[in-house]
Amino acid sequence: MTRTLTGIGASPGIAIARAFTLSSERYLPEKTAIADAKREIGRFREAVAVAGSEIEAIRASAEAKLGAGKAEIFEGHLMILEDPDFIDAIEDKIGEEAINAEFALHEVSQSFVELLQSMEDELLRGRAVDIEDVSSRIMSRLRGVPHSDLANLTEECVIIARDLTPSDTAQLNLDVVRGFITEVGSRTSHSAIMARSLEIPAIVGAGASVRDIPGRTLVVMDANEGLILFNPNDEQLEAYREKKRTDDLRRAELAQLKDRPTVSRDGKRVELAANIGKLEDIQRALDSGAEGIGLFRTEFLYMGRGTLPSEEEQFASYKYALEKMNPKPVVIRTLDIGGDKELPYMELPKEANPFLGQRALRLCLDRPDLFRTQLRALLRASAYGNLKIMFPMIAVLEELLDAKKLLEEERAKLLAEGVRVSDKIEIGMMVEVPSAAVSADLFAPEVDFFSIGTNDLIQYTMAADRMNETVSYLYQPWHPSLLRLIRLVIQAAEKEGKWVGMCGEMAGDPNAIPLLLGLGLHEFSMSAGSILSSRELIGQLNRAEWSDHAIRALGMRGTREITQYVQSIRNGVTG
Amino acid sequence: MVSQTFTILNPTGFHVRPTKTFVQTASAFPCKINVINKGKKVNGKSSLSMLTLGIAANEEVTLEIDGEQEQQALETLGKLLTEIHE
Repeated sequence: MTRTLTGIGASPGIAIARAFTLSSERYLPEKTAIADAKREIGRFREAVAVAGSEIEAIRASAEAKLGAGKAEIFEGHLMILEDPDFIDAIEDKIGEEAINAEFALHEVSQSFVELLQSMEDELLRGRAVDIEDVSSRIMSRLRGVPHSDLANLTEECVIIARDLTPSDTAQLNLDVVRGFITEVGSRTSHSAIMARSLEIPAIVGAGASVRDIPGRTLVVMDANEGLILFNPNDEQLEAYREKKRTDDLRRAELAQLKDRPTVSRDGKRVELAANIGKLEDIQRALDSGAEGIGLFRTEFLYMGRGTLPSEEEQFASYKYALEKMNPKPVVIRTLDIGGDKELPYMELPKEANPFLGQRALRLCLDRPDLFRTQLRALLRASAYGNLKIMFPMIAVLEELLDAKKLLEEERAKLLAEGVRVSDKIEIGMMVEVPSAAVSADLFAPEVDFFSIGTNDLIQYTMAADRMNETVSYLYQPWHPSLLRLIRLVIQAAEKEGKWVGMCGEMAGDPNAIPLLLGLGLHEFSMSAGSILSSRELIGQLNRAEWSDHAIRALGMRGTREITQYVQSIRNGVTG
Repeated sequence: MVSQTFTILNPTGFHVRPTKTFVQTASAFPCKINVINKGKKVNGKSSLSMLTLGIAANEEVTLEIDGEQEQQALETLGKLLTEIHE
């Protein structure tokens, strides 16, 4: 009978193969008294030395297969073998209690495992696996048994296990292992990270029911959807074989685009960047083929804490991001707080209409002390990469000029203090208030770039609160009013030789990209996961033709007419 | 003995990578190195013990160092605590 289970898709892809179930039974040593503690400690040291050379071999092969970054975990394992609080504790226990090495190892390793598993932080809880991995290897050596089942697999299979240790994962024979499913784990567990770099499908956290699956059961796993089918019927099997063929092909095609520039079919170059909200997102952006960071939201530095972040703290974060992306550009947006984003410790007055109130730059200009701290941190960090600074929520020219004035004052102070500041920082503004879009020509001479924030621009243009579901029908990115505003901004910028980006959700929407390309948008900033498919799409589009289509769309009567028009052309083009 | 308190700036706290660097650096010094956080004191040369502290961003960490090269160890390790790490 067919059974279906669900889990967390941790590494994408589809696999079809028979199950190999890895026993999760753990060896529990018995406590026995020993006569010669010195000899027992010697036996333990020997096992540690052998485990060390085994781990070193795995480390070297992981480095060759996966790169130095992924092999780092095994340096951590080697460090456990040298950790005084671990090794000395075991040896002391053997010596003081005159007990066998197996039991001493088990006790000490369990005490660390329990300590780590009780921690709040998910990443640290995950480190318990490292201790178990290393300890079970030493244990196997002490007992004189082979360590792992997984290195010797010879038949095509999907591995099903309670969890996979890092050394299990690194040693998987990729000629036969088609994917794996684990009972526990999350997207950030080691096995998940390893699966992504090995590029094999993985589903984690599928729950205890996976234990009931007998070995050699036929398994279909769709890690794109986190779906597992056991004993599929012929119809399902055929459907998934077909799905797998298409999926494999598509993945291979997209992977080829990772380090390529983004060019339309008729040769127009544009830039695809990533939106990020925390430092951990940067690696994902790079892995996804981002040509830069188009929107770095700085709110994470201010939220979830009790006081304002210091200049030093901010500087360290900005510097890190710039160095990591260098020479690729990083557009950092100054603080955008207010509206729906609150900072309790600032004790801002309650407003009747927070979205129309003192948010973002309006607040920063009212609290120059707070704003100057951020500007100084940004200016100091500019020496370490390709920084572009962007001001949010500008409605009138004076706001832009005031912000620039503060920036210049801080620059002058820093230079006078002898601090290094880049002289190539581009200054830009978000276009999210209709007044700024309509009169973009007034702003263009004063900026290096515009970035259109569609989420807010739509809500302000339509006068429709984006949190209010009763008016959600007015959230219409393709409405002619929006397209006309976008066109005004791009035209004004082009007249001054400036560039225009977009960092709202619309920029990564495959239905909007053709029109935006046609309107002449230069930079599309989106979530990292959309970059490769967007690059592929743009490569299929003829910009000159879409320029004509876009002009026609501007004269249409509404969203429906425009989306139907775009669909009909795309269907015609891509068949 | 020398002692000083530092604030962790790394936004993700003092995690696996920074701990590794810290412990490797600490182990190269001959002196005794204690790390104190949230009232708990551990051996700065043990990565497992350091991890069990769960040092988060913006937390204070005190180094207590005793023995040969203690001043140099304090400066080097204090700098590692306040840097931004991968």
